[in-house]
This record gives sequence, structure tokens and C-alpha cells, in this order.
Amino acid sequence: MRNAFATCITKLAKEREDIVLLSGDIGNRMFDDFKNIAPNRFINCGIAEANMMSLAAGMALSGLRPMIYTITPFTTTRCLEQIKIGAAYHQANIIIVGTGSGLSYAELGPTHHSLEDIAILRSIPGIRILAPADSNELTAQLEEAVNLSGPTYIRIGKKGEPSIHHKNSKLGIGKGQLLKEGDEILLLGIGPIINEALKASETLAKRDKNIAIATLGGIEPIDSAFLKLMIKRNFHTWITLEEHSIRGGLGTTILEWIADNNFESKVKVKRIGAPHKFIHKLGNQEYTRNQIGIDNQAIISLIENL
Amino acid sequence: MNTISGNNYEDFNSLSKLLRKRIIETSAKAKIPHLGSCLSCLEILIFLYWKELKINVNDPEDIDRDRFLLSKGHAAPALFQVLAERGFYKKDLLNDIGESGSVFHEHPPKPGFIPGVEAATGSLGHGMPMALGMAMAANIKHQQYRSYALISDGECNEGSIWEAAMLAGSLKLANLTVLIDFNKWQATGRSEDIMALEPLQGKWKSFGWHTQEIDGHNFTEINTSLNNARLELNKPSLIVAHTIKGKGISFMEDDNNWHYRTPNEKELHEALKEL
Ligand SMILES: Cc1ncc(C[n+]2csc(CCOP(=O)(O)OP(=O)(O)O)c2C)c(N)n1
Repeated sequence: MRNAFATCITKLAKEREDIVLLSGDIGNRMFDDFKNIAPNRFINCGIAEANMMSLAAGMALSGLRPMIYTITPFTTTRCLEQIKIGAAYHQANIIIVGTGSGLSYAELGPTHHSLEDIAILRSIPGIRILAPADSNELTAQLEEAVNLSGPTYIRIGKKGEPSIHHKNSKLGIGKGQLLKEGDEILLLGIGPIINEALKASETLAKRDKNIAIATLGGIEPIDSAFLKLMIKRNFHTWITLEEHSIRGGLGTTILEWIADNNFESKVKVKRIGAPHKFIHKLGNQEYTRNQIGIDNQAIISLIENL
Repeated sequence: MNTISGNNYEDFNSLSKLLRKRIIETSAKAKIPHLGSCLSCLEILIFLYWKELKINVNDPEDIDRDRFLLSKGHAAPALFQVLAERGFYKKDLLNDIGESGSVFHEHPPKPGFIPGVEAATGSLGHGMPMALGMAMAANIKHQQYRSYALISDGECNEGSIWEAAMLAGSLKLANLTVLIDFNKWQATGRSEDIMALEPLQGKWKSFGWHTQEIDGHNFTEINTSLNNARLELNKPSLIVAHTIKGKGISFMEDDNNWHYRTPNEKELHEALKEL
């Protein structure tokens, strides 16, 4: 996904003079093309994320469109007040990109896990929160975000994430997508972890269970029209899936949406997400997803025990 | 080889060779990056753990122990080898470094998992302010221990380092010693190009610190500077240690590709031949 980001912003920087790329001393070589096209619009701000966020606000208030790129914990929680004040309160046109989100860097330990970013940022008014499932969705969202006012946070993986969306899907910001038809159970996810649901559905299909799978592309704005359509489909259960804490992310957002729209009698909700604790037993992303029960096996066993 | 008697720097040199070898082997085997970052601070870690720090490997949580914080947490693979060889735990625990389920990965975890590790680091700019807090705690509790932190030059980009530096200076915290592994590189470029650090020593001096500049691979200079730091009774101490990223392996020295790269079979072989 990070390469798709580099390609997309290089294209955007070619088309527009107001795009500026700020990096927190990461992304070695990835931005060489960008630097060739717009050498004075790439700034390595060093390992100083709080400063980078505030200066981005200053740039935005001066008519530029800065994009900030570094590892997720450092571009979110590390500089939270700078996001709240500089970006959100000022409605600055900043795009914040967190790379290596969720457990992409599982083996680097809790300092590099980001399982609370969505929960924290969604309590701040006026910031879009996007979590594309693959590179195509990321590109579509980025291209849209550079034309919108106010800040956008995009949470991405690292590299090698599988392609999820159909070629001709209409992707973008706040667009729910039905990836797979099914009945009785709808699995709703955000981010690349949706691939675990696709894997689970293959196993479940062999056991005569045909679940529907959809992605939301983010949680702010939420695609209410799409969700209402899904309510009409009369699934008995919705399962939410995210590589994020069980508290405050997609699952919570969906529970709130259902309560606020008086749909409690229509559908039951089950949430799959990271337990509310720090992860000490480390390994790669696949191992860690399995350990904390957010992988395809966890999905299968939840569904089989419904 | 976990005791070294006297000031026999010959022994230290063979110890650094041995540990370099292990660090490179594990980096190759477990594909753990930041090899250059580990090799630049190895002499400092060795001297601290074998000579400077008042620690007891049989009682790693002794309340009067000196505290050491690896603020540049991404050099954990070096720290892990040092702690093992020093006797904090058995070396074979490191056999599964980087493997799923092991406590030994890319950064030090919080205390309680690995004997000798004082705090979780890895997000840059946290360890040194924590070391400051530990130094302040010693004063509040009338304890005699000293507090040490090893930071890196890129880490000095972080405002938190300078906030801590200003407070330590104004508190005249003489029980705090900070070493900078000044290898002139950070992740994506020369540290001087990204954020002009120089005059690095002058900056800390103006913040009220006792400052020194040394060759960070020279045990005699490390020894002298740490002695001087202890003798300074009115100020926190800063030691700018000039180092070489990737030190000890000709084709890794001062080549920042080894910030992220790990050796392949052939490179491993070549590297080990040099040690
Ligand atoms: C707050 C924070 N931002 C970014 C990173 C990612 N990162 C890890 S190592 C590194 C470069 C460190 O360079 P330096 O501090 O000079 O240490 P060296 O590796 O050269 O010893 C970066 C940017 C991080 N670990 N923490």
C-alpha cells in the first residue's frame, strides 16, 4: 500500500503545485520520483512528529496541501494535540497518512502497534477517518481527499497487501462496498484485514455457510445509505472486523449507528477486534492476529458458535 | 566470559568482536534490521555494563542499582547480546530471537520480561526523559544510584529530548549522564542534512550541561569521559560519542543501507571473516 501511496502523490504533485509531502525520516528511496518532480515540495521534517503536524497546519493555512507520512503511532497519538488544534479545529487541509497501521509492525512491539488511533481520532470533530482495504481504494480516496476541505486521516498497511476490490467498483470516501453476496450473516470490515474474512468465507462455504462481506472504507464519514440498505437485507447478525481495539473503532461506531437509528430489533452485532490490552507475545502480523483472535480462524469459530 | 578484570582493554576488544559476531548472526538469521545502529553503540554498551554501571546480575531489580535506558530502542539486538553475555540470563534464550512467541524482538519490552531491561523504548524520544525521571527519583528518595541514557543523533530531532535537557540543566541533576551515539546518520539521510545538529556539544552546554566529546569506539576515552561525568557534582553530563554506523565490518561502515538491510548468506560469511 505504501508504494501505491508514493505513486499516487507523485502523480498529484505533477498535476498540482500546492501538494507538499512531509516525511518523518522514513520512506527511504520510496519518494525518489516525487523528489525528482518537486524537489522543493518534499521535506524530511526529521524525527519530530509534533512539529511536523503543526507546521503542516501552518502550510495549509497558507494555501498549501501538505500530506504527512510516517509510521502510524507517530503521526497520530504522538502528536495528538497538534492534530486536534492545528488540523481539526482550524479545519486545515492536511492529509495525514499512517503507514504500518494496526499490527503491520507486530514484531516491533507495542511502541509500533496502532490499535487505538481510530478510537482517539474519532472523538475529535471535523476529521475524516479512512481505512482503505487495498491500494486501489487508497488511491481513489487520496485523489478525492485532495479536493476536500478540512483534514483527512488515512490509515494504511505496509506492503504486499492483497488486492481486495473488484476492478470496476466505485471506490472513494465514505463508500460501503459489498464484496461478496451471502445470507443470514454480514461481515463488515475496514482495512486490509478484510482479507481474513474472505479466507474464512471460503472455509465456511464448504460447510454450507454463505456469509456476505462488505467494507466501509473508513468510519468518518460513514456510509449510512449503504448501511440502511444492508438493514433491509435482514441479515440476522452483523459481525464487525478491524485490526484495531475492540473499543472505539468500527465495532463501536456500528453499535452507535444502530442505536441512534433505532435498528436494535433488526440486527444483532458481534465485534471482532483487538482485546483491550497491550500485546506482549510478539511475532509477525499473521501470528499476532491469530494470538489475539482476529484472524480467519477466529471469524470461523465465532460464526460456527452463533 | 562475563567478568573482565582490571582495565584490560584487550579483553574488551575481543568481547566486542564476539558480540559483533552474534549481533550480525542474529540479524541475518532472524532478519532483524537496524544492524548499523547496533554496531555503532556496542563499545559504549560493553563499557557501561562491564565497568560503569553499579548493577548486580543476580539481583537485577536491586533498588540501589544504576539505571540505564537504551533510549535508541532500535539497538535492542545489541543490548540483548550484552545482557546475556553479562549474565542477566542464559545465552540460549536468544536462540529464538525474532521468532513468534519470543520476548526478544526488535525493541526492549517493558520491565518484567527480560532481566536487566529498565523500560520499553522504540518510539524515539521517550527513554532519555524517563532516565531524567529516574535521576530525579533518586534525589527525592535520597538514593545514591546514577541514571544513564544512550540516545542517537536522529533522536535529537525530537523536542522531548530538548525539553528533558532543559529541565535537567535547570535542576542541576548531577546524577544523570547521557551519551549520544553520534554516527552522523538517521533513517533516510545524514543527520546534519536533515536537522543541522552541530554544534551539538555547544547546544547541550548552553542548556547547562557538562559536556565532553570522545571517540565512541575507544574504551580509554569512554572510561575517562564517564569518570569525568561522575566527578561533576553540579550539572548533568553529556557525552558526544563520535561513532561509525556499521562499525567493525568494512562494507557496512558508514553505509546507511544497513539501517534497514539484513545480511544475506554471502554477506554474513564475508562479515564473519572480518571478526
Ligand atoms: C518517534 C519515532 N519516530 C520514528 C521512528 C522510526 N525510526 C526508527 S529508527 C529511526 C532512525 C534513527 O536514527 P538515529 O536516531 O540517528 O539512530 P541510528 O539508527 O543512526 O543509530 C527512525 C526514524 C521511531 N522509532 N520513533
